[in-house]
Amino acid sequence: MAKKVLDPPVVQFALLEDVLNLARANSLWPMTFGLACCAIEMMAAGASRFDLDRFGFGVFRPSPRQSDLMIVAGTISKKMAPTIQTLWDQMPNPKWCIAMGNCAISGGPFEYDGQYAIVPGADLIVPVDVYVPGCPPRPEGLIQGILALEDKITKGEKRNILRRFSRFGSGKKHAFRLVK
Amino acid sequence: MEHILSNELGRLIVGLIVVLIFSQLNALFLVWLERKVAGHIQLRIGPKEVGPYGLLQTIVDGLKLVGKELITPKRADRILFIIAPVLVFVPVLVPFIVLPFSKSLPLNDMNVGLLVIFSFSTINVLAILIGGWGSNNKYALLGAIRSVAQNIAYEIPLLLSVLSVVLMTKTLQMSKIVQAQGSYWFFLIQPIAALTYFICATAETNRAPFDIPEAESELVAGFHTEFSGMRFGLFFLAEYTNVFVVCAVATTLFLGGWQGPFGFSLGIPGIIWFLAKTYLLVFVIMWFRWTFPRLRFDQLISFSWKVLIPLALANLIITAGVIKLI
Repeated sequence: MAKKVLDPPVVQFALLEDVLNLARANSLWPMTFGLACCAIEMMAAGASRFDLDRFGFGVFRPSPRQSDLMIVAGTISKKMAPTIQTLWDQMPNPKWCIAMGNCAISGGPFEYDGQYAIVPGADLIVPVDVYVPGCPPRPEGLIQGILALEDKITKGEKRNILRRFSRFGSGKKHAFRLVK
Repeated sequence: MEHILSNELGRLIVGLIVVLIFSQLNALFLVWLERKVAGHIQLRIGPKEVGPYGLLQTIVDGLKLVGKELITPKRADRILFIIAPVLVFVPVLVPFIVLPFSKSLPLNDMNVGLLVIFSFSTINVLAILIGGWGSNNKYALLGAIRSVAQNIAYEIPLLLSVLSVVLMTKTLQMSKIVQAQGSYWFFLIQPIAALTYFICATAETNRAPFDIPEAESELVAGFHTEFSGMRFGLFFLAEYTNVFVVCAVATTLFLGGWQGPFGFSLGIPGIIWFLAKTYLLVFVIMWFRWTFPRLRFDQLISFSWKVLIPLALANLIITAGVIKLI
């Protein structure tokens, strides 16, 4: 399984790290790149009904140098795998990865004895932070995955003081609703 | 405080600090506004969960960009790659020195104000070329070359349309150009020049529908493909500051600067008039971006050389003739 390579900072400031993590969690810019049908759901998540931009994830950057989040959306064929690895290496640290859909998690329906064309799982080539199951997952599923990644970055939802809603109803103003 | 402000050097230093703060806040606000405008045009809401109305969103984005790793590609030209973002950002601050926000507010009301603005905004092109060349990336280089071709093509009608205003006022001083529009604004008697200026200003700032230098579908991200972290952030800030500057110049030249319509100020201070008109124009430029599709490159260049330049030239000649007759 691929491991995340990240040099720890030379001098550690806990408060500064917390503030930076808060900023990183609330402004994850995904990379514009899709592999298969899951990418259609990813585009739908960015469009008007679901609107990723509400949470600050809507800036799909075309260049890997400017993106923080790689959404592996779809089947990874063996020809595509080296390209995905290159793209991952081109992204600047700190960076995160979401495996979206069953194909990116484990090969999905294409994984059987004797198959020769598919990489069964994105975690074989890049380190994956969050898995979003589904075939394909609905846009709500992707949004929940990204929110889970936010919680992972800030180390708990309650520590994300900037966000104005809470998914688990911990006394904040409005609970999580998707379509308003 | 009084004697600091009366001293020329003190005034400049205080002014420069104010300019630095204002340009940053302005860029942050414009990025937020752009995302909100884009959202509402596309039947979305735009940022709303990070801070009230999503107002903290761009601050959070900036903090994140500061915390990102800065990558310098192995084969890049290190010196050019490092100075390009700085060179892009510094010249867009200079026009703030001469912009007439209100009657007493131009930091230094020099008699070549307009010349200063246009000479410094041209450095932007050089910086983009340096960035594209220094990255040693084919997409960045192509984007930079396109940007240079586009900026040179649109600089000419831009300056020609400005010249017809200068011919009427017989001065390059910003405050005198504003004062000359006491009873009527210049876009009423120079509609062609105003239109040409605004189209060219949109192209000069590389905004859609003229955003060919960073066309995502062809060129990854254009000239800033290889820039990460705050280096990319500087390109971003420079773009939005530039948009503000061209709109402020349009306000000064064609919309009467700090004055109200037909000489009625309606008791509103000049700086409010000026900022209101400027932000209205900025909104129009954003409106363009989310309404029009991108032009093809040959259409872009031939539109400048075959339509805008003859139009601006004819306008200039007619203006000169009319002034000579009167």
